[in-house]
Amino acid sequence: MKINQSVELTAGLFMLLGLAALLFLAFEATDVGGFGKEGSYQISARFSNVGDLKPRAPVAVAGVNIGTIEAITLEPDSFEALVTMTIDARYDQLPTDTSASIYTKGVLGDKYVELEPGGSPDYLRNGDELFIAQSAVVLEELVSKYLFNSDTESSDEE
Amino acid sequence: MTGGGIIDQTNRALRDIGLCGLFLLQIVGRLRLSTRQWGEVMRQLYFIGTRSLVIILTSAFFVGMVLGLQGYNTLVQFGASESVGAVVALTLFRELGPVLTALLFAGRAGTSIAAEIGLMKATEQLDALELMAIDPIERVVLPRFIAAVLALPMLTALFNMLAVLGSYLFAVEWTHLDQGLFWSRMQSVVDFQADYVSGFIKSVVFGIVIALISVFQGYTAEPTGRGVAIATTQTVIVGSIIVLVLDFVLTALLI
Repeated sequence: MKINQSVELTAGLFMLLGLAALLFLAFEATDVGGFGKEGSYQISARFSNVGDLKPRAPVAVAGVNIGTIEAITLEPDSFEALVTMTIDARYDQLPTDTSASIYTKGVLGDKYVELEPGGSPDYLRNGDELFIAQSAVVLEELVSKYLFNSDTESSDEE
Repeated sequence: MTGGGIIDQTNRALRDIGLCGLFLLQIVGRLRLSTRQWGEVMRQLYFIGTRSLVIILTSAFFVGMVLGLQGYNTLVQFGASESVGAVVALTLFRELGPVLTALLFAGRAGTSIAAEIGLMKATEQLDALELMAIDPIERVVLPRFIAAVLALPMLTALFNMLAVLGSYLFAVEWTHLDQGLFWSRMQSVVDFQADYVSGFIKSVVFGIVIALISVFQGYTAEPTGRGVAIATTQTVIVGSIIVLVLDFVLTALLI
Protein backbone atom coordinates (compact mmCIF):
# COMPACT_ATOMS: atom_id res chain seq x y z
CA MET A 1 0.00 0.00 0.00
CA LYS A 2 2.90 2.30 0.79
CA ILE A 3 4.37 1.98 -2.72
CA ASN A 4 0.95 2.61 -4.20
CA GLN A 5 0.57 5.83 -2.26
CA SER A 6 3.91 7.25 -3.34
CA VAL A 7 3.04 6.39 -6.94
CA GLU A 8 -0.19 8.34 -6.66
CA LEU A 9 1.64 11.16 -4.95
CA THR A 10 4.16 11.54 -7.78
CA ALA A 11 1.37 11.31 -10.34
CA GLY A 12 -0.44 14.12 -8.53
CA LEU A 13 2.76 16.13 -8.35
CA PHE A 14 3.24 15.63 -12.06
CA MET A 15 -0.23 17.00 -12.82
CA LEU A 16 0.39 19.96 -10.50
CA LEU A 17 3.71 20.69 -12.19
CA GLY A 18 2.02 20.59 -15.58
CA LEU A 19 -0.73 22.98 -14.48
CA ALA A 20 1.85 25.29 -12.94
CA ALA A 21 3.76 25.31 -16.22
CA LEU A 22 0.54 26.13 -18.11
CA LEU A 23 -0.16 29.09 -15.81
CA PHE A 24 3.44 30.28 -15.78
CA LEU A 25 3.55 30.36 -19.58
CA ALA A 26 0.16 32.04 -19.84
CA PHE A 27 1.23 34.89 -17.58
CA GLU A 28 4.93 35.20 -18.33
CA ALA A 29 5.07 34.56 -22.06
CA THR A 30 1.82 35.82 -23.57
CA ASP A 31 0.08 39.17 -23.72
CA VAL A 32 -2.13 38.21 -20.77
CA GLY A 33 0.55 39.40 -18.35
CA GLY A 34 1.44 42.42 -20.48
CA PHE A 35 -1.14 44.83 -21.80
CA GLY A 36 -4.13 42.79 -20.73
CA LYS A 37 -7.76 43.76 -20.60
CA GLU A 38 -7.45 44.81 -16.98
CA GLY A 39 -5.40 47.81 -16.09
CA SER A 40 -5.85 49.38 -19.48
CA TYR A 41 -8.19 51.75 -21.29
CA GLN A 42 -9.20 52.22 -24.89
CA ILE A 43 -9.04 55.28 -27.10
CA SER A 44 -9.74 55.58 -30.79
CA ALA A 45 -8.74 57.73 -33.74
CA ARG A 46 -9.93 58.14 -37.34
CA PHE A 47 -7.48 58.00 -40.18
CA SER A 48 -8.19 58.59 -43.85
CA ASN A 49 -5.63 55.89 -44.62
CA VAL A 50 -3.90 53.44 -42.27
CA GLY A 51 -1.49 52.00 -44.86
CA ASP A 52 -0.57 48.52 -43.70
CA LEU A 53 -1.06 49.13 -39.99
CA LYS A 54 -2.07 45.85 -38.35
CA PRO A 55 -3.93 44.99 -35.14
CA ARG A 56 -1.51 44.36 -32.23
CA ALA A 57 0.99 46.84 -33.64
CA PRO A 58 2.53 49.00 -30.91
CA VAL A 59 1.31 52.42 -29.82
CA ALA A 60 4.12 54.63 -28.61
CA VAL A 61 4.76 58.00 -27.00
CA ALA A 62 8.24 59.39 -27.59
CA GLY A 63 9.23 55.97 -28.93
CA VAL A 64 8.22 54.12 -25.77
CA ASN A 65 5.53 51.46 -26.20
CA ILE A 66 2.51 52.23 -24.05
CA GLY A 67 -0.13 50.05 -25.70
CA THR A 68 -1.27 48.11 -28.74
CA ILE A 69 -3.69 48.47 -31.63
CA GLU A 70 -6.84 46.60 -30.67
CA ALA A 71 -8.88 46.76 -33.89
CA ILE A 72 -9.05 48.54 -37.22
CA THR A 73 -12.49 48.92 -38.80
CA LEU A 74 -13.98 50.96 -41.61
CA GLU A 75 -16.53 53.63 -40.73
CA PRO A 76 -19.39 52.88 -43.12
CA ASP A 77 -20.61 56.46 -43.64
CA SER A 78 -17.37 58.47 -43.79
CA PHE A 79 -15.15 55.72 -45.27
CA GLU A 80 -12.49 56.46 -42.69
CA ALA A 81 -10.51 53.85 -40.79
CA LEU A 82 -11.42 53.72 -37.10
CA VAL A 83 -8.41 52.53 -35.11
CA THR A 84 -9.03 51.39 -31.54
CA MET A 85 -6.01 51.37 -29.23
CA THR A 86 -5.54 49.74 -25.84
CA ILE A 87 -3.34 51.87 -23.60
CA ASP A 88 -1.74 50.63 -20.40
CA ALA A 89 -3.45 52.19 -17.37
CA ARG A 90 -0.07 53.35 -16.05
CA TYR A 91 -0.16 56.04 -18.75
CA ASP A 92 -3.52 57.61 -17.92
CA GLN A 93 -2.40 61.23 -18.16
CA LEU A 94 -2.51 61.78 -21.92
CA PRO A 95 -4.02 65.23 -22.68
CA THR A 96 -7.27 65.31 -24.68
CA ASP A 97 -5.60 67.17 -27.55
CA THR A 98 -3.09 64.36 -28.11
CA SER A 99 -2.53 63.70 -31.80
CA ALA A 100 -1.87 60.35 -33.46
CA SER A 101 0.33 59.64 -36.48
CA ILE A 102 1.17 56.45 -38.28
CA TYR A 103 4.90 55.99 -38.72
CA THR A 104 7.15 53.25 -40.00
CA LYS A 105 9.83 51.61 -37.90
CA GLY A 106 13.02 51.86 -39.90
CA VAL A 107 12.98 51.99 -43.69
CA LEU A 108 11.10 48.76 -44.34
CA GLY A 109 9.78 48.10 -40.83
CA ASP A 110 6.26 47.69 -39.55
CA LYS A 111 3.79 50.52 -39.12
CA TYR A 112 3.03 51.79 -35.63
CA VAL A 113 1.06 54.62 -34.07
CA GLU A 114 2.94 57.44 -32.39
CA LEU A 115 0.99 59.66 -30.01
CA GLU A 116 2.05 63.28 -29.61
CA PRO A 117 0.73 64.69 -26.32
CA GLY A 118 -0.71 68.20 -26.50
CA GLY A 119 -1.10 70.77 -23.74
CA SER A 120 -4.68 70.36 -22.59
CA PRO A 121 -5.20 70.12 -18.81
CA ASP A 122 -7.84 67.39 -19.26
CA TYR A 123 -6.86 63.75 -19.66
CA LEU A 124 -8.15 61.13 -22.07
CA ARG A 125 -10.64 58.66 -20.60
CA ASN A 126 -11.73 55.19 -21.67
CA GLY A 127 -13.64 55.38 -24.97
CA ASP A 128 -12.43 58.88 -25.94
CA GLU A 129 -11.57 59.74 -29.50
CA LEU A 130 -8.52 61.64 -30.72
CA PHE A 131 -9.37 64.55 -33.00
CA ILE A 132 -6.06 65.03 -34.70
CA ALA A 133 -4.90 62.01 -36.68
CA GLN A 134 -2.29 62.00 -39.38
CA SER A 135 -2.57 59.23 -41.94
CA ALA A 136 0.11 56.85 -43.00
CA VAL A 137 2.45 57.97 -45.74
CA VAL A 138 1.72 55.79 -48.75
CA LEU A 139 4.74 55.50 -51.00
CA GLU A 140 2.69 55.18 -54.20
CA GLU A 141 0.84 58.43 -53.48
CA LEU A 142 4.10 60.25 -52.90
CA VAL A 143 5.53 58.94 -56.14
CA SER A 144 2.44 59.81 -58.17
CA LYS A 145 2.30 63.27 -56.62
CA TYR A 146 5.90 63.84 -57.55
CA LEU A 147 5.34 62.65 -61.11
CA PHE A 148 2.19 64.73 -61.48
CA ASN A 149 3.83 67.88 -60.13
CA SER A 150 6.87 67.64 -62.34
CA ASP A 151 4.54 67.11 -65.28
CA THR A 152 2.56 70.32 -64.65
CA GLU A 153 5.73 72.30 -64.00
CA SER A 154 7.18 71.33 -67.33
CA SER A 155 3.92 72.22 -69.11
CA ASP A 156 3.92 75.63 -67.37
CA GLU A 157 7.31 76.39 -68.78
CA GLU A 158 6.14 75.91 -72.31
CA MET B 1 0.57 -7.60 -41.90
CA THR B 2 2.34 -7.84 -45.24
CA GLY B 3 1.29 -9.24 -48.59
CA GLY B 4 -1.80 -8.64 -50.66
CA GLY B 5 -2.30 -6.18 -53.45
CA ILE B 6 -2.92 -2.49 -53.16
CA ILE B 7 -6.68 -3.02 -52.97
CA ASP B 8 -6.22 -5.48 -50.12
CA GLN B 9 -4.04 -3.05 -48.22
CA THR B 10 -6.40 -0.12 -48.70
CA ASN B 11 -9.19 -2.38 -47.54
CA ARG B 12 -7.28 -3.26 -44.41
CA ALA B 13 -6.36 0.36 -43.72
CA LEU B 14 -10.00 1.45 -44.08
CA ARG B 15 -11.15 -1.37 -41.84
CA ASP B 16 -8.56 -0.38 -39.23
CA ILE B 17 -9.78 3.21 -39.26
CA GLY B 18 -13.36 2.00 -38.81
CA LEU B 19 -12.39 -0.37 -36.01
CA CYS B 20 -10.38 2.40 -34.35
CA GLY B 21 -13.42 4.68 -34.36
CA LEU B 22 -15.64 1.94 -32.92
CA PHE B 23 -13.00 1.26 -30.28
CA LEU B 24 -13.03 4.93 -29.28
CA LEU B 25 -16.82 4.75 -28.91
CA GLN B 26 -16.44 1.66 -26.73
CA ILE B 27 -13.93 3.46 -24.51
CA VAL B 28 -16.02 6.62 -24.21
CA GLY B 29 -19.11 4.52 -23.47
CA ARG B 30 -17.33 3.06 -20.44
CA LEU B 31 -16.29 6.39 -18.93
CA ARG B 32 -17.22 6.14 -15.29
CA LEU B 33 -15.99 8.07 -12.30
CA SER B 34 -15.59 5.32 -9.74
CA THR B 35 -12.87 5.73 -7.11
CA ARG B 36 -11.12 2.49 -7.98
CA GLN B 37 -10.94 3.60 -11.57
CA TRP B 38 -9.30 6.87 -10.58
CA GLY B 39 -6.74 5.10 -8.44
CA GLU B 40 -5.75 3.10 -11.49
CA VAL B 41 -5.69 6.24 -13.63
CA MET B 42 -3.30 7.86 -11.15
CA ARG B 43 -1.07 4.79 -11.25
CA GLN B 44 -0.98 4.92 -15.04
CA LEU B 45 -0.39 8.66 -14.91
CA TYR B 46 2.74 7.89 -12.96
CA PHE B 47 4.01 5.38 -15.51
CA ILE B 48 2.97 7.40 -18.55
CA GLY B 49 3.47 10.96 -17.33
CA THR B 50 6.00 11.15 -14.53
CA ARG B 51 8.25 8.54 -16.12
CA SER B 52 8.30 10.51 -19.40
CA LEU B 53 9.53 13.66 -17.69
CA VAL B 54 13.24 12.93 -18.10
CA ILE B 55 13.19 12.53 -21.88
CA ILE B 56 10.69 15.38 -22.39
CA LEU B 57 12.50 17.88 -20.16
CA THR B 58 15.99 17.10 -21.43
CA SER B 59 14.88 17.35 -25.06
CA ALA B 60 12.96 20.54 -24.31
CA PHE B 61 15.94 22.24 -22.73
CA PHE B 62 18.21 21.59 -25.68
CA VAL B 63 15.51 22.37 -28.24
CA GLY B 64 15.09 25.73 -26.50
CA MET B 65 18.84 26.36 -26.48
CA VAL B 66 19.21 25.51 -30.17
CA LEU B 67 16.19 27.64 -31.10
CA GLY B 68 17.75 30.51 -29.19
CA LEU B 69 21.08 29.98 -30.93
CA GLN B 70 19.60 29.73 -34.42
CA GLY B 71 17.19 32.59 -33.82
CA TYR B 72 19.91 34.82 -32.42
CA ASN B 73 22.33 34.17 -35.28
CA THR B 74 19.66 34.94 -37.86
CA LEU B 75 18.10 37.93 -36.11
CA VAL B 76 21.37 39.61 -35.21
CA GLN B 77 22.00 40.22 -38.92
CA PHE B 78 18.89 42.41 -39.02
CA GLY B 79 19.66 44.12 -35.74
CA ALA B 80 16.63 42.48 -34.16
CA SER B 81 18.32 40.14 -31.71
CA GLU B 82 16.02 41.27 -28.88
CA SER B 83 13.17 39.48 -30.69
CA VAL B 84 14.78 36.10 -30.09
CA GLY B 85 12.47 35.40 -27.14
CA ALA B 86 9.41 36.20 -29.21
CA VAL B 87 10.58 33.99 -32.08
CA VAL B 88 11.35 31.08 -29.79
CA ALA B 89 8.04 31.37 -27.92
CA LEU B 90 6.00 31.59 -31.12
CA THR B 91 7.74 28.57 -32.66
CA LEU B 92 7.29 26.58 -29.48
CA PHE B 93 3.69 27.44 -28.66
CA ARG B 94 2.39 27.06 -32.17
CA GLU B 95 4.33 24.12 -33.56
CA LEU B 96 7.36 22.60 -31.94
CA GLY B 97 5.97 22.23 -28.43
CA PRO B 98 2.85 20.18 -29.23
CA VAL B 99 4.37 18.25 -32.17
CA LEU B 100 7.75 17.33 -30.67
CA THR B 101 6.19 16.37 -27.35
CA ALA B 102 3.61 14.23 -29.15
CA LEU B 103 6.32 12.45 -31.18
CA LEU B 104 8.47 11.86 -28.11
CA PHE B 105 5.42 10.76 -26.17
CA ALA B 106 4.44 8.27 -28.89
CA GLY B 107 7.94 6.81 -28.68
CA ARG B 108 8.22 6.80 -24.91
CA ALA B 109 4.71 6.13 -23.57
CA GLY B 110 2.66 5.02 -26.59
CA THR B 111 4.93 2.08 -27.26
CA SER B 112 4.90 0.96 -23.64
CA ILE B 113 1.10 1.08 -23.54
CA ALA B 114 0.80 -0.88 -26.80
CA ALA B 115 3.40 -3.43 -25.72
CA GLU B 116 1.85 -3.89 -22.28
CA ILE B 117 -1.69 -4.42 -23.55
CA GLY B 118 -0.41 -6.56 -26.45
CA LEU B 119 1.54 -8.75 -24.06
CA MET B 120 -1.48 -9.04 -21.77
CA LYS B 121 -3.39 -10.27 -24.78
CA ALA B 122 -0.64 -12.66 -25.89
CA THR B 123 -0.44 -14.18 -22.41
CA GLU B 124 -4.23 -14.48 -22.33
CA GLN B 125 -4.58 -12.16 -19.33
CA LEU B 126 -7.33 -10.24 -21.09
CA ASP B 127 -9.23 -13.48 -21.71
CA ALA B 128 -8.79 -14.38 -18.04
CA LEU B 129 -10.29 -11.06 -16.98
CA GLU B 130 -13.22 -11.66 -19.29
CA LEU B 131 -13.75 -15.11 -17.77
CA MET B 132 -14.01 -13.45 -14.37
CA ALA B 133 -16.69 -11.16 -15.84
CA ILE B 134 -14.34 -8.18 -15.66
CA ASP B 135 -14.50 -5.98 -18.70
CA PRO B 136 -10.92 -5.71 -20.02
CA ILE B 137 -11.66 -2.46 -21.81
CA GLU B 138 -12.93 -0.85 -18.64
CA ARG B 139 -10.20 -2.30 -16.42
CA VAL B 140 -7.14 -2.25 -18.67
CA VAL B 141 -7.72 0.05 -21.63
CA LEU B 142 -9.70 2.93 -20.12
CA PRO B 143 -7.26 3.98 -17.35
CA ARG B 144 -4.33 3.99 -19.77
CA PHE B 145 -6.35 5.97 -22.29
CA ILE B 146 -7.43 8.61 -19.77
CA ALA B 147 -3.95 8.87 -18.28
CA ALA B 148 -2.37 9.38 -21.70
CA VAL B 149 -4.97 12.00 -22.68
CA LEU B 150 -4.31 13.87 -19.42
CA ALA B 151 -0.55 13.50 -19.53
CA LEU B 152 0.25 14.88 -22.97
CA PRO B 153 -1.06 18.47 -22.50
CA MET B 154 0.79 18.64 -19.17
CA LEU B 155 3.99 17.33 -20.75
CA THR B 156 3.60 19.84 -23.59
CA ALA B 157 3.28 22.70 -21.10
CA LEU B 158 6.40 21.51 -19.28
CA PHE B 159 8.21 21.10 -22.60
CA ASN B 160 7.33 24.67 -23.58
CA MET B 161 8.38 26.03 -20.23
CA LEU B 162 11.73 24.26 -20.18
CA ALA B 163 12.42 25.24 -23.78
CA VAL B 164 11.64 28.89 -23.04
CA LEU B 165 13.97 28.70 -20.04
CA GLY B 166 16.63 27.07 -22.21
CA SER B 167 16.46 29.86 -24.77
CA TYR B 168 16.40 32.41 -21.94
CA LEU B 169 19.56 30.91 -20.52
CA PHE B 170 21.24 31.06 -23.89
CA ALA B 171 20.07 34.54 -24.85
CA VAL B 172 20.56 36.26 -21.50
CA GLU B 173 23.47 34.41 -19.94
CA TRP B 174 25.46 33.68 -23.08
CA THR B 175 24.78 36.49 -25.55
CA HIS B 176 24.05 39.05 -22.78
CA LEU B 177 20.74 40.13 -24.21
CA ASP B 178 18.77 42.34 -21.85
CA GLN B 179 16.45 40.06 -19.89
CA GLY B 180 13.69 42.68 -19.67
CA LEU B 181 13.68 43.00 -23.46
CA PHE B 182 13.61 39.21 -23.81
CA TRP B 183 10.40 38.87 -21.79
CA SER B 184 8.67 42.04 -22.91
CA ARG B 185 9.17 41.31 -26.62
CA MET B 186 7.81 37.83 -25.98
CA GLN B 187 4.78 39.15 -24.11
CA SER B 188 3.91 41.74 -26.70
CA VAL B 189 4.19 39.33 -29.64
CA VAL B 190 2.68 36.10 -28.29
CA ASP B 191 -1.10 36.27 -28.39
CA PHE B 192 -3.00 34.38 -25.73
CA GLN B 193 -5.83 33.25 -28.02
CA ALA B 194 -4.08 32.70 -31.32
CA ASP B 195 -0.83 31.17 -30.07
CA TYR B 196 -1.21 29.84 -26.54
CA VAL B 197 -4.75 28.46 -26.64
CA SER B 198 -4.45 27.02 -30.14
CA GLY B 199 -1.24 25.26 -29.11
CA PHE B 200 -3.02 23.84 -26.09
CA ILE B 201 -5.90 22.59 -28.25
CA LYS B 202 -3.36 20.89 -30.49
CA SER B 203 -1.75 19.10 -27.56
CA VAL B 204 -5.16 17.86 -26.32
CA VAL B 205 -6.03 16.51 -29.77
CA PHE B 206 -2.61 14.86 -30.11
CA GLY B 207 -3.09 13.33 -26.67
CA ILE B 208 -6.38 11.73 -27.70
CA VAL B 209 -4.93 10.51 -31.01
CA ILE B 210 -1.82 8.91 -29.53
CA ALA B 211 -3.71 7.42 -26.59
CA LEU B 212 -6.26 5.88 -28.96
CA ILE B 213 -3.67 4.55 -31.39
CA SER B 214 -1.54 2.94 -28.71
CA VAL B 215 -4.40 1.21 -26.87
CA PHE B 216 -5.95 0.17 -30.18
CA GLN B 217 -2.69 -1.27 -31.50
CA GLY B 218 -2.14 -3.15 -28.26
CA TYR B 219 -5.70 -4.43 -27.99
CA THR B 220 -5.92 -5.62 -31.59
CA ALA B 221 -2.37 -7.04 -31.70
CA GLU B 222 -1.89 -10.61 -32.85
CA PRO B 223 -1.46 -12.63 -29.64
CA THR B 224 2.10 -13.63 -30.50
CA GLY B 225 5.54 -12.21 -29.82
CA ARG B 226 5.72 -11.00 -33.39
CA GLY B 227 2.27 -9.45 -33.08
CA VAL B 228 3.32 -7.44 -30.04
CA ALA B 229 6.46 -6.27 -31.83
CA ILE B 230 4.41 -5.16 -34.83
CA ALA B 231 1.88 -3.38 -32.62
CA THR B 232 4.68 -1.44 -30.90
CA THR B 233 6.26 -0.41 -34.19
CA GLN B 234 2.91 0.50 -35.71
CA THR B 235 2.13 2.73 -32.74
CA VAL B 236 5.15 4.89 -33.45
CA ILE B 237 4.74 4.90 -37.23
CA VAL B 238 1.00 5.52 -37.38
CA GLY B 239 1.08 7.86 -34.39
CA SER B 240 3.84 10.04 -35.83
CA ILE B 241 2.27 10.24 -39.28
CA ILE B 242 -1.19 11.08 -37.97
CA VAL B 243 0.21 13.69 -35.58
CA LEU B 244 2.07 15.44 -38.40
CA VAL B 245 -0.90 15.27 -40.78
CA LEU B 246 -3.30 16.48 -38.08
CA ASP B 247 -0.89 19.28 -37.21
CA PHE B 248 -1.31 20.73 -40.67
CA VAL B 249 -5.10 20.32 -40.60
CA LEU B 250 -5.39 21.87 -37.12
CA THR B 251 -3.09 24.77 -37.98
CA ALA B 252 -5.20 25.53 -41.05
CA LEU B 253 -8.37 25.39 -38.94
CA LEU B 254 -7.10 27.38 -35.97
CA ILE B 255 -5.40 30.26 -37.76
